[in-house]
Amino acid sequence: MILLQVVVSGLLMGSVYALFSSGLTLIWGMMNVVNFAHGDFVMLAMYAAFFAFTLLKLGPIFFIPGAAALLFVLGVVVYLGLVRHVAKGPMLAQILGTFGLALVLRYAAFWAFTANFVSLPDNLVGGTFDIGGLRVEASRLLAGVLALVITLSMHLVLTRTALGSRLLAVAEDRNAAMLMGIRPDRMQAIAWGIGAASTGVAGALIALFFYISPTVGESLSLIAFVVVCLGGFGSVPGALIAGLGIGVIEALSAYLIGAVYQDVVVYALFLGVLWVRPQGLLGTN
Amino acid sequence: MKQWPLVVIGFLLIAGWPLVVHDVFLQRVGALVLLAAISASAWNLLGGYAGQVSVGHAVYFGAGAYASLGVYTELGWPPIAGAPVGVLVSMGISALVGTPTFRLRGHYFSMATIAAAELFRILAANWPLLGAAVGLMGPPVPRSVADLSFISPIPYHYLFLAVLVVLLGLTWLMQRSRMGYYLAAIRGGDRAARSLGVPVLRYKLYALLLSAGFTSIAGSLYAVMVGFIDPDSALGILISVKMLIVAALGGAGTLFGPLVGAIILIPLEETTNAMFGGGGSGITFIVYGAIILLVARFQPGGVAAFWAVVTDRVSAGRRAPAVPGSSRVS
Repeated sequence: MILLQVVVSGLLMGSVYALFSSGLTLIWGMMNVVNFAHGDFVMLAMYAAFFAFTLLKLGPIFFIPGAAALLFVLGVVVYLGLVRHVAKGPMLAQILGTFGLALVLRYAAFWAFTANFVSLPDNLVGGTFDIGGLRVEASRLLAGVLALVITLSMHLVLTRTALGSRLLAVAEDRNAAMLMGIRPDRMQAIAWGIGAASTGVAGALIALFFYISPTVGESLSLIAFVVVCLGGFGSVPGALIAGLGIGVIEALSAYLIGAVYQDVVVYALFLGVLWVRPQGLLGTN
Repeated sequence: MKQWPLVVIGFLLIAGWPLVVHDVFLQRVGALVLLAAISASAWNLLGGYAGQVSVGHAVYFGAGAYASLGVYTELGWPPIAGAPVGVLVSMGISALVGTPTFRLRGHYFSMATIAAAELFRILAANWPLLGAAVGLMGPPVPRSVADLSFISPIPYHYLFLAVLVVLLGLTWLMQRSRMGYYLAAIRGGDRAARSLGVPVLRYKLYALLLSAGFTSIAGSLYAVMVGFIDPDSALGILISVKMLIVAALGGAGTLFGPLVGAIILIPLEETTNAMFGGGGSGITFIVYGAIILLVARFQPGGVAAFWAVVTDRVSAGRRAPAVPGSSRVS
């Protein structure tokens, strides 16, 4: 029974991982550039939610979409101001560009918000549900279910709408897309916006039940990389499955061998999979 | 314009620095510049010349640092005697980690190196033999000269200078040898290099072994000088990032780039730390982040690329190609 409890909480957390990792996989699939600041975007969204609640007295119904909108703008600005330029340069420049951004965001947050952990009040989304003997906190349940719904709708937008087709066309072949009257630059800006917005929602959701600190982005970035690598680059369904899997593996290893080693298990698994299948578990090439 | 007179003048300035300035703070900054130049030059062998951007070199730095203080706490040896141990451990780790990750290209490689480094950091932080989260201490009072524990930074300055000269000498030889051309080809693109008959995996591994070995020596020297290490100061991701920033600012894949980067960044870092005290490291890394962001955005070749423009002597062949745009990896 405890094991089942652990698996369920792993699935709920994994669903949030899947959400922000889908954003990374979209960016990556679109232009073959990694956002090393992805986890720090999540961190910013967490602080945005925290300050929206403490300073502006806004509840989750407002601060979740608010964080998404804020991060969408940030994503577009980062694309236009930085990524568009470094993507044309050598690989070193691509890595340095978003890595530098990650450092600036992380340590600016450190400087502005101090290293102290903060958190939203526990009872913001109150209560604990008892489902057939399983005890699930309402905040985690809300985060998990909402993240799952948004990840799935992201997949539907990509596969079922005209916008999605345009995005995928640019990912497939930039020049051919241009000949079809699609502006690749605009599509990539939108992809960065959507990718960052996914971290906005995810960050606001994590803030409901998790502590907030300036350095939380570091391990979240790594988790996003792991999920994207396992799920295959550019695949939202892959990210969903891998995200849920990582959530469960993390929860199980924290329960079975200790919380300090949960990241070790995830990283070791990641390196192990790269060893066997460099293209990712579900990737084709 | 000949380059060697500049090199001689630069060498004399660096060698004379601790004798000219009498302020201990400035002498210490000089030694730290050389130490950063050693680790960044070591990173440069793999990250610059071979174009494999590792963000996990803290593993090798930490192996050297922990080996030095480990042989002291466990066996009572002088810390510097741990340096060869650290080199062996680093080479072991690099063979273990490098073989699978070298099949990855570009960003995948960078991410795998971060994951590997974080894995080792967490393990060290929970391993009692390595002092767990508290870390390790060197000899509190020097027992003999072999402990290399000096109050003045001057002996460290010349020790580090000697190591740096050896490292840069080896790099210079490597750059002009077959291996230098092989690495330049690999940086241009794995597939193209392989189609030219370059044994890609083998030469990446050679570059990594050399790079890891010297990074480990830098870690040992750091531990010997500072006399105290913990998981964050020896294995933290910022250690890796610092090597990368120093090398990239000066010019990745150039002989003197890392040294130039260290001369610019380390005094900056030490001054901010001195000005802002303990909270200064945060500000230091905002500045570091902003610098690499701007370098990436406007001049990915770093100072070396500026230099090439200024002196207007872009003769191919004399210098390994480090101009932006030449190392695009698909």
